Amino acid sequence: MEHPAPAPPASAIRQNTVFTPFNIISGTIIIIGCVLTVLRFTKGIGAMTNLNDTNPWGIWIGFDLLCGVALAAGGYVTCAACYIFGFKHFRCAVRPAVLTAFLGYGLVVFALSYDVGRPWRLPYPIFLSQGTSSILFEVALCVFLYLNVLMLEFSPAAFEWLNWKYARYIIGKVSMVLVIFGIILSTLHQSSLGALFLLVPSKVHPLWLSGYLPVYFFISSIFAGMSMVIFEHSLVERFLHHKLDLEHEVESNNVAMGFAKSAAFLMMGYIMIQLIGIAMDNDWKYLFTRWGLWYLVEIVGFVGLPAILFAIGFREQNIKLIQMAAWWTVLGIVLNRLNISLIAFNWQLPLAQRYFPSWMEIMTTLFIVTIGVVAFKIIVTLMPVLYAHPDFPDDH
Amino acid sequence: MGITRRQFFGWMGAAVGSQAAFASQAKAAATNHFTGHPGSFGVLHDISRCIGCRKCEAACNQVNKLPAPEIPFDDRAVLGQIRRPRAEAYTVVNQFKPKNKPAAVFVKTQCNHCLEPACVSACFVKALTKSKTGAVVYDASLCVGCRYCMIACPFDIPAYEYDNPFTPEITKCTLCQPRIEKNQRPGCVDACPQEALTFGAREDLIKIAGQRIDKYPDRYEKHIYGEHEMGGCNWLYIANAPFTDLNMREDLGITPAPALTSGALAAVPVVVSLWVVFINGLRAISKRKEQIAEEEKIQAVNAAVETEKGRFNLEIKQIKEKARTEKEAAVEKEVKKALEAAAQTLNEIKPAQTTEPVKNAETLLPEKQENT
Repeated sequence: MEHPAPAPPASAIRQNTVFTPFNIISGTIIIIGCVLTVLRFTKGIGAMTNLNDTNPWGIWIGFDLLCGVALAAGGYVTCAACYIFGFKHFRCAVRPAVLTAFLGYGLVVFALSYDVGRPWRLPYPIFLSQGTSSILFEVALCVFLYLNVLMLEFSPAAFEWLNWKYARYIIGKVSMVLVIFGIILSTLHQSSLGALFLLVPSKVHPLWLSGYLPVYFFISSIFAGMSMVIFEHSLVERFLHHKLDLEHEVESNNVAMGFAKSAAFLMMGYIMIQLIGIAMDNDWKYLFTRWGLWYLVEIVGFVGLPAILFAIGFREQNIKLIQMAAWWTVLGIVLNRLNISLIAFNWQLPLAQRYFPSWMEIMTTLFIVTIGVVAFKIIVTLMPVLYAHPDFPDDH
Repeated sequence: MGITRRQFFGWMGAAVGSQAAFASQAKAAATNHFTGHPGSFGVLHDISRCIGCRKCEAACNQVNKLPAPEIPFDDRAVLGQIRRPRAEAYTVVNQFKPKNKPAAVFVKTQCNHCLEPACVSACFVKALTKSKTGAVVYDASLCVGCRYCMIACPFDIPAYEYDNPFTPEITKCTLCQPRIEKNQRPGCVDACPQEALTFGAREDLIKIAGQRIDKYPDRYEKHIYGEHEMGGCNWLYIANAPFTDLNMREDLGITPAPALTSGALAAVPVVVSLWVVFINGLRAISKRKEQIAEEEKIQAVNAAVETEKGRFNLEIKQIKEKARTEKEAAVEKEVKKALEAAAQTLNEIKPAQTTEPVKNAETLLPEKQENT
């Protein structure tokens, strides 16, 4: 396997200056984020957010936690496809997906340290006082364990970069155990994030609340993960193309095709179980209200349509269409998680008592996402993620 | 895969054991109807007696050493808008004007101290617990500040000290647990000039409430709020107006909060056990498929080799046959040629005097050329 070809001259010239558009924008966001961080930890949550006693969770939970975890599902989905279902050509997608998942979960915990009142106590539920009756305890335990699993799953890339051959050899021996453990943990906490809202049937709109919420969250996390892998690859292809080796470049399109086909099926299945949920609780009457319209926008517009696009994209082997459908699906997942946690939450309350994020909350979220993008860029530049390491050609 | 019988039984034992441990818990939550710790205390709030004087608010503020409010407690102007309990006030009195009532109705709001509280089941560090006295007690030394209890509470009671950057706490009515432990009544109950609040054992309060409703059926709604709501509360209400008109939801149902998530929690060990089986099964299936494909490939190759070999042998045979026949033909021809040559020489020798044989030789020549 050849080392990636040197960057084309145009970008080489640009690399001479640190003031690239990417660096300027991300640098500005990070500087603002640091200021906001100081504000958060000196003045408190109240000084920055629009959270109040009736709306205790905002976008730091609705987006950073719920969407962050769902969109980091690519890690376990790709591992399962490659190592459990035996699609060996998905191997090249494993490392980028695991890296995204690792960064995603790391940032979820990072974001939580802004949201919870006393973040230095975040280890309490695991080490000090286990509230086993709480779904949130299950989430905390799984996220904690899975973050460790992801770190180990990604460590081979770091070991290859550091050329720690023995550590690389040892971790290779337990990789299958990590994969299986990771899938179990992901199943549990992806679904548990939905189960969190089973506790509040009086606050979530009936169209979004169902006994099947854990199943909805789990199934949607699978196609969210697939879409993220496709979407992320489209970005990598565009902005980090010089880092891709031939295998990754060729196989990534096959991965996108495979994921597009399975996502199309899964999303149709997801719509079916959504309908079953409505039938089960006899919520049909709500479909003809304004909330019903909004629900249909989510289900038809952001699940049904991208599913059809995936199917057409696969039939016509149109990678551009598939990438568009993936981006659309990602938006749909964000919409779904925000609907359940914020928009359809406290739906009976008058508008004056509803929550809308402050600019500082939005900026903090943007700051955290930016950290993720910058970290991804740095790591794939340093470590063998998008190409096979010449010294470890077949060890992926 | 090599599994010994001992290993198999070991695994089965572990699986069944863990299932039993979790299943019994789930079942306990699902089927037993918990009616409160025996003799646990509560308060009956007779809404029809409340005059909105806010003396209970003042007493609560004093007992819990809360900061003095901007607007003093005897200023009834605050009743103009609906308030909810917050960090600086564990209890609030609100004023409602139901449609078919001539006078305003006042309702005191605070933690209802549910029998099986949503907040307690939501807390992932056990910072909230249900005391045997009936109080739902908060331990700030464990609280992480995730605010899931606030999400969980169907009555929107717990509040948070959002403006405290270092030691923010959840705040809510404690049922004056420290006073109860000293055999005192809660501060608000003591302060009420109208006896709108009655402190006592929950069972007794339900009886008192029932008696009042029976005695004045025209005055009271036939509903003891808190008797069954969300599985029942230690704080009970009777009112002279429909509760829905008083901002008290009657659509909460009677399912205790822990039962809402017990199914999902019970699924955890099942998922763990089955996923181990399914994942390994899937892996085994895909591995087996690869193995079968590999075997089939080898078989196909072998079969192909066999056919090729057969064809090769046949061809060789045919070639040999051909070679043999050709050789024979060639030998025959050579023999024939030799014979002819011999005959020619004989002819040359015998009638050497005549010119005939020369003619013969000329006619033979082109024939020879055609053969070659």
